[in-house]
Formats: sequence, C-alpha cells, structure tokens
Amino acid sequence: MRNILDLEGRLVGEAPIDIDTTRRLYRAMVEARAYDKKGTTLQRQGRLATYAPLLGQEAAQVGSAAALDPNDWMVATYRDAAAMWMQGYPWEVLFLSRSGDERGGRPPVHVDVLPPSITVGAHMIHAVGIAWAEKLLGTSRIAITYFGDGATSEGDFHEAMNFAGVFKTPTVFLCQNNGYAISMPRERQTASATIAQKADAYGMAGEQVDGNDLFAVYAATKEAADRARAGDGATLIEAVTYRIGPHTTNDDPGRYRDPEEERAAHDRDPVERVRRYLENEGAWDGDWEETVQAKAATTIERAVELAESLDSPSPADIYGAVYEEMSPDLRRQLEGIES
Amino acid sequence: MSELTLAGAITDALATALDKDQRVLVIGEDVGQTGGVFRITDGLLGRFGDQRVIDTPVAESGIVGAAFGMAVAGLRPVAEIQFMGFSYPAYDQILSHVARIRNRSQHRFTAPLVIRMPCGGGFGAAEHHSESTEVIYAHLPGLKVVIPATPYDAKGLLLAAIDSPDPVIFLEPIRLYRLVREEVPDGYYTVEIGKARIESEGTDVSLITWGAMTHEVREAVEVLSGHGISAEMIDLRTLRPLDEDTIIESVQKTGRAVVVQEAPKTAGFGAEIAALIGERALYSLRAPVERVAGWDTTIPLKKAEHRYMPTTETIVAAARRTMEA
Ligand SMILES: Cc1ncc(C[n+]2csc(CCOP(=O)(O)OP(=O)(O)O)c2C)c(N)n1
Repeated sequence: MRNILDLEGRLVGEAPIDIDTTRRLYRAMVEARAYDKKGTTLQRQGRLATYAPLLGQEAAQVGSAAALDPNDWMVATYRDAAAMWMQGYPWEVLFLSRSGDERGGRPPVHVDVLPPSITVGAHMIHAVGIAWAEKLLGTSRIAITYFGDGATSEGDFHEAMNFAGVFKTPTVFLCQNNGYAISMPRERQTASATIAQKADAYGMAGEQVDGNDLFAVYAATKEAADRARAGDGATLIEAVTYRIGPHTTNDDPGRYRDPEEERAAHDRDPVERVRRYLENEGAWDGDWEETVQAKAATTIERAVELAESLDSPSPADIYGAVYEEMSPDLRRQLEGIES
Repeated sequence: MSELTLAGAITDALATALDKDQRVLVIGEDVGQTGGVFRITDGLLGRFGDQRVIDTPVAESGIVGAAFGMAVAGLRPVAEIQFMGFSYPAYDQILSHVARIRNRSQHRFTAPLVIRMPCGGGFGAAEHHSESTEVIYAHLPGLKVVIPATPYDAKGLLLAAIDSPDPVIFLEPIRLYRLVREEVPDGYYTVEIGKARIESEGTDVSLITWGAMTHEVREAVEVLSGHGISAEMIDLRTLRPLDEDTIIESVQKTGRAVVVQEAPKTAGFGAEIAALIGERALYSLRAPVERVAGWDTTIPLKKAEHRYMPTTETIVAAARRTMEA
C-alpha cells in the first residue's frame, strides 16, 4: 500500500507537491469538511433530503481530484461532493442536489462533471465511454470515475473494467474503499485480498494506496492520469479509507459496527495528518487555521443561502426537461395540470 | 432510387449517416467483421474502419453504457443489440441513465444515441429470439421509440433517429427484414419521428398497428373490403412520442377501432391506445374498442408459435365484431 505521509504527518516518501499547493489542498479539505458538517445539520433541520456524509474521505477525494486537469471529465457518486467541487461543481449546486432539486444536477457549462450517480455501479462505464470518445476525437482529455468498495460487486463494474482494458480507454477508476457498503463490510463484497488486484484480470494497472494520505492519493492519481493521457490505458486505484459517519443520515452504524472502530478511525484523520505535516514544515499556525476555518464557514453559508434562494421547480420546468422539445402529448398533459 | 428490403434500407441509412457525419459510429457485438447476425452492418467496417464500426465484448450493459458516455461526450453512437430479448441486461442503463440524463442535468448533458434492436417473432427461432417488449421502452419518459414497417420509413426514421437530440430505441421487425422490396431514395432524407402513417383510408373501422403486424393488417384491409367494410389502416411508426391526433381523428371519423399487436395483451401498448381512445374519442365510438394481441403467455417456441400470433383472420373477425355491435 503506497504511503507518503505517516500518521504524525512525517514524510516516509517524496512529497509530490510543494508547500503552497499543500496549503491550498489543506484549505480545500477544511472547506469540504465544513460542507459535510453543514449537510448533516441541514438534513436534521429538514432542509435537505437524505445526506451521505464524506467525513474521513477528504484526502481520497481532494487528493485525487487535485491531480486532474481542469477540463477532465468526472463521473462520481452521492458521496463524492468534495471531488466534484474540486473539479468545479459549485457547493450551492451540490446543496441543491441534496435538497431534492433537479437543478442540482446542472453544473456550469465549462464543468464536465456529471450529476452524482445514485445507482451503485452503473456509472463507471460512462467514464469509459466518455474517455473513449475523447480518445476517438483525438483530445488529451481523460475521465475519472469514483465509486465505493460495494460498487465493485455490481456486474457493471466488470463490464466497465473489461471495456476499459480491451479498448485502452483513458479512464481512471478511483475506488474509495471506506470499509462498508451501508452495513456490509468490505469482506462481504469480495474474497479478493485487495480490490486493486482486480486490475490484473483486466490487463490494466492497479494500485492500493493509503486513502487517508493526501500525498499518496495525489501521486497515484497523477501517475494514472499521465498514463491515460499518454495512451497507455486505464488504471484502478484502491484508496483505502474509512467512512467515519453513517452511510446516510437515515443510517445507524451502531447496528453493525463497534463504536470503538469509529473512534480509532479518528487517529487516521486525513485532515489532521496534513495539518501536522504543515506544522512540522513551519507552514501552519493557529492564526492561519482560524482564517482558514472562518473562510470555509462563510463560503458554505453563502452557498446554502444561494441554494435556498431558488423557488421550487414548476411543472413546466419538469415537463420541459424530458426531451429537447416538449412533445405534443406532454404539452397536452402539462396544459391539463396548469389549467 | 434503389429497390431495397427493410434490412437493406437500414444498412443504407447507417452508411449514409456514417458518411455524412464524422461523429456517427456503430458499436455492438459482431457488427464489424461479420456485419452483424442479420448482416445489417455488412460492409461498413471495410468502408469506415474500426474506429467507426466497433466490435465489442459480449456485454449489453457495457455497450449501452459506453455508448451513453460517448454520446454525452459529443459523439453520435448507434448501438446494436443482437436481439430484443438480449436487451434486458442493458435495461438499467437505458432506464436509469440514457432516458434520464437530460432531466437529471436539466439539459446540461444529453445522450443522443440510437439503440437498434431486432424484434418480434414468427420465424421459429430459439427461445428469447422472438420478443415484442416494446412497451417496456415506450413506458419511459425521455426515450423515443420508433418501429418502422416499410423500407422507405426504415431509412428515413433511422436517419431522423441518429439526428435526434434525444435517445431513440429503434426496433426492427425481424419478420419484415427481407419480406418485400421498395423504392428507396438514395442519399439523405428523414421521416419525422412522432408521426403515424395512414396507409390506407377508410370510413368504417380504424385498424391501428405497428411493426410486423402491419403485414397481417394490410391483408385484413383487403379481406374486409371484400365484405364491403371500409377499413382505415394506421401504422404508428413511433410509439413514443405517440401521434395521438392521427389516432383520434381517425376514430372520430370511423367510430370503430381495432388495435393489433404481436405482444401479449395485458398491459401491452395496445392498452394505451384503447385508453387514449376512451379519453379523447369515447363519444365517437359505435362499438367497444377491440384488441387483437398475442396470448398472455411467453411466446411459444417454433411448434406452437403460429397459434399465438394474431392472424389476418383474427383481425378480420375483430373488425367484423365492431361492425355488428
Ligand atoms: C443499484 C443499486 N443498488 C442498491 C442501492 C442502495 N445503496 C445505496 S448506497 C449502497 C452501498 C454502496 O456502497 P459503496 O459502493 O461501498 O459506496 P459507499 O456508500 O460506501 O460510498 C447501496 C446498497 C443503490 N443505490 N443502487
């Protein structure tokens, strides 16, 4: 398992990014955590629909997304808000999506990040098709897809990996093995020793990395992206992390795991690890931390305000997004509803 | 003009589209070297190369899912599923992703792809090779469902489907593939999706059908005419979006309707037509709407298949019942 930063924030390998970039990514992880905390709070207040926390997975998401080019494609899930935001999907649109509003699936025009996949597993092949199209079009754009350990049990995982292998598509498969698929532990998903080793069977590169190590995730993703861009095909990265929170706000992990395990997971906190590293390097102090935290809080508050300032979609909005042009039968139905 | 079968017209449409638009590509099992199990894509690999005519692993979900991604990224893939009965592994992709991405992203991402699949029975094939499950596709908002019955329509509708900004399920009635030849214009033309075709006008009863059953309905029109009954035949051509007005105007004129489908009767697409007539033309009816359909069973294998299929006789009998009501 690739590891660059140890639990104390000491380098055990070569840092893939400089201090300034590390500070920027630290801020990003802090902001992601602020978003995540807000998500859970808003759901408790009835202002969001179900919310799936990403707590503990900040390094896996921020570190991998940081290794992409700004115009690379991303196809991710309900738990990948931090990765999507890194690639340009605004917090307010993510909040909209979680609040039960179709407009939450519509990022700005220059952001090629698909709406979060709610079905488990079916979306990975989309990143294969997209990357394949870019290859056929002769661009240097690649596609990354995020999914959990549970998703690797779906049949579509096999089809996606198999197509990516056969057609050498420039795709990065980023599996966040966070230990659980709702209540089912990783051992119930596969008898393979690792998820990364599945890459072998498809004739592509595969690697297991410490998913709570920002540097390890960044380095592995950067190499995978470079490999894809060079025409050398897809890579499967297994980022080993831990879902500290519940599966969603409707879930009670007390039914299936020892609370002690959750407490222990805090020792592996991915954000704290980078903070210690920066402190060791003399690039962190309490004042800066306060600024970073305050800035994150205001940004997230502002995003909530923006998301909540929109009226609910009208029937015409909903009917208007079935086809490019509303068909006569739908128009007739809509008129019936509006009259 | 060329004299083409329905199969030949589809090949011609694919070649025309590949020629006209660099974004178009054909993808599926055995579509390249062998030209597909029905030889629909015959010759395309040699003409357009393996970047545009792509043989894939045996994986329907993968084919549709990858084609979906390609469409999202700006290409115009035409995916082939070998038989309708093998489209179900891809059903989740079609329902959950292909049909919904426009809604899920509020027009930000779209999937203008075509999924072609041969459908229907009547030729004594192996199990799963004779399906008529059009209704499971016609039920899905966001999809267009097209089923041509003539060579001219097949080419024009397929070219329209490839140009469509929305995903299209393109059903090809196997029984009609090589049944007749017809003059088909060379080069590019389209037939509008969402428009039914009145094949023959009549005043006594409307016979409403689609796909392979047009063959039996056409014969029924002849037989009925011999009995002094003037039947109007409507070939729907598109199941979704449905051309409601053509159906309603016809039934308002004739006062009688027979819906003919090869699929099992219960919850079939014919039920939708009957319900539509009930909603919009009830007071024009002079007789109950008749449905002539397959049995509510799995379509029988070769030895009993002919007993399952609606025939010219069962269609004529239904039309005559409406006249006697
Ligand atoms: C096809 C499908 N089956 C089941 C579900 C319900 N479900 C939602 S999340 C989930 C677990 C997924 O686990 P994993 O892939 O490990 O991702 P994680 O939630 O841990 O991030 C399940 C079973 C679903 N959304 N889609």
